[in-house]
Amino acid sequence: MKPITYTQIEGKSTGYWALLGVLGAMILAGFSASMYMEHHGHHVTGMTNQIVWGMPHIFAVYLIVAASGALNVASIASVFSKKAYKPLAPLSALLSLALLAGGLAVLVLDLGRPDRLIIAMTELNLKSIFAWNQLLYNGFFVIVGIYVWMMLEKKMNKYTRIAGTAAFIWRLILTTGTGSIFGFLVARQAYDAAILAPMFIIMSFSAGLAIYILVLMAAYKWTGRELGDSVLRRLKNLLSVFVSAVLYFVLAYHLTNLYAAEHHSVEAFILLGSNGGGQYSAVFWWLQILLGSVVPLAILFTSLSKQRLMIGIASALVIIGGLAQMYVIIIGGQAFPLEVFPGMEVISSGFMDGVPAAYSASFPEIVLGFGMGFGVALIMVVIGVTVLRFLPQSLADEVVDPHYVAESAEAAA
Amino acid sequence: MSENMTDQSRRSFIKKAATGSAIATIAPGVVLYNVAQASRDPGEAVTDKVRWGMLIDANKCADGCTDCVTACHEENGVHQLGRPATDAQWIRKVTLRDKQTGKEYGIPMLCQHCEHPPCVDVCPTGASFKRADGIVLVDKHICIGCRYCMMACPYKARSFIHEDVTDQRDHAPRGKGTVESCTFCVHKVDAGEGTTACVEACTHNALIFGDLNDPDSEVSRELNNYPSRQLRADLRLNQGVRYRNI
Repeated sequence: MKPITYTQIEGKSTGYWALLGVLGAMILAGFSASMYMEHHGHHVTGMTNQIVWGMPHIFAVYLIVAASGALNVASIASVFSKKAYKPLAPLSALLSLALLAGGLAVLVLDLGRPDRLIIAMTELNLKSIFAWNQLLYNGFFVIVGIYVWMMLEKKMNKYTRIAGTAAFIWRLILTTGTGSIFGFLVARQAYDAAILAPMFIIMSFSAGLAIYILVLMAAYKWTGRELGDSVLRRLKNLLSVFVSAVLYFVLAYHLTNLYAAEHHSVEAFILLGSNGGGQYSAVFWWLQILLGSVVPLAILFTSLSKQRLMIGIASALVIIGGLAQMYVIIIGGQAFPLEVFPGMEVISSGFMDGVPAAYSASFPEIVLGFGMGFGVALIMVVIGVTVLRFLPQSLADEVVDPHYVAESAEAAA
Repeated sequence: MSENMTDQSRRSFIKKAATGSAIATIAPGVVLYNVAQASRDPGEAVTDKVRWGMLIDANKCADGCTDCVTACHEENGVHQLGRPATDAQWIRKVTLRDKQTGKEYGIPMLCQHCEHPPCVDVCPTGASFKRADGIVLVDKHICIGCRYCMMACPYKARSFIHEDVTDQRDHAPRGKGTVESCTFCVHKVDAGEGTTACVEACTHNALIFGDLNDPDSEVSRELNNYPSRQLRADLRLNQGVRYRNI
């Protein structure tokens, strides 16, 4: 293993400026969508008084969850001392900060009163998991920021493990908080489950790593730096474990619900599409399970994953699957009618009691969620790797793989 | 002479007795009114000596009648724009059928003014709050419009203001981008009226409003005399709104 040299990327090519231009346009579009929603009020979106959290929340929560997961690669290096992951760690920390910033930007711009952000930060009701999350998000920026400093500044390298461990613990608490936003909602049949917090943690592992793999592949391809198979093989194997673990949690969640008679109808709604849940069961089976889990696993566990393109496709599918899962959890969970009158059937209501709420995402919501969320996250990564030394000059096998010689000899034999 | 005296004193006694009994009859109402009105100066803090609550009798609630809804929305300046999915609804009429017996009931649904309100627990800024007298309100000045309270409310009692609001009432400030719900006509309560617009509008006497802590209030006496239930009592929220005959 050779010493790792980290360098900034040059950032002068036409492609670089084009990328910045595209990301800038995405942010601008997202911001315009938010202004449009604020000016006219949320009635121009697909959101209603029943589906109060729509498409922006799907992107926001997904990005926030992915943020903590993107830090995993760095944690494996700093906390669990795996040498092969060390060169990958600074980008992992940068990406986690960037994804969190992207997610929060969407969350804030979807508020009814985004201009009151300062109130959100100064008036805290500490019984609210939302208020706790604000402290956790802000703390994450500080702790991961310090962690990055320890990694990038040679004199401070000796503190990397301490900072990395603090960041690792913090991210676990942070995602517990994000999962608990839903887990603590006692009134809704689809939520109110302790398993949501650990499930969100494992979802973060797979989402963060899938985005990390794509960003890494793009960064090395577009800058003409070398990225060896050894790194990608490790990451894709890890991804397959994480995707499987998410499936396990999804199974445990639904089996638990299916055992309780009071949850039968919400399970039928999500899994079978009964009582008007058709769009959610379709998204669940086709996008979350088949396209977003089974197909990537089929790629990652077979020789198909020897091709880089296929690893990239698998990662992209995991992202689509994760967004689909958020859709089912957030929208499906709200669409299922609240059990306000147990044992009674609602004949009529001035406010659509007892019937599933309809939701179709509006264009501004998608632009805000996707454009602002991914735009902010990716532009921060691009600018970050341009101004600071986040990326190793080379991630070729002989540079990063501690077992390089042995393995290549084995392969030859 | 002595007879005259006796007559006079008897007359005066009867007069005094009549006046006395008249006072005794009317006094409690007057005194109660005064207590309600004088219980608190405008500058004085609300206390938990009072807990405001409501009893809704499904048997008395008339089919097709929505007078309470109209009165509430008129009183508080809540205007419908013909978009029920996004229009604010502080109170709504719901018709239910018992799945077993097929019996139908009509009831108004409004904020249940829980003792342990989930909306207050989850509110990040503390904009959702419960007064000492049990009335659950939203402070429109610090509501950031996150809608987490709406996710948490088991009764769909809250509305997010999706559009510009017009013709606001002085006593019920509203604002686009914030969340609101039934206030138990807190402006009337604070003015000592001891009633709400929906109760006043109900000609079928299906709604009774009053102090749950006062054993002699009408609402307490009614709750004491006949069984009632809380919606989703399993959640143990101890609502201020109770239902009878469902």
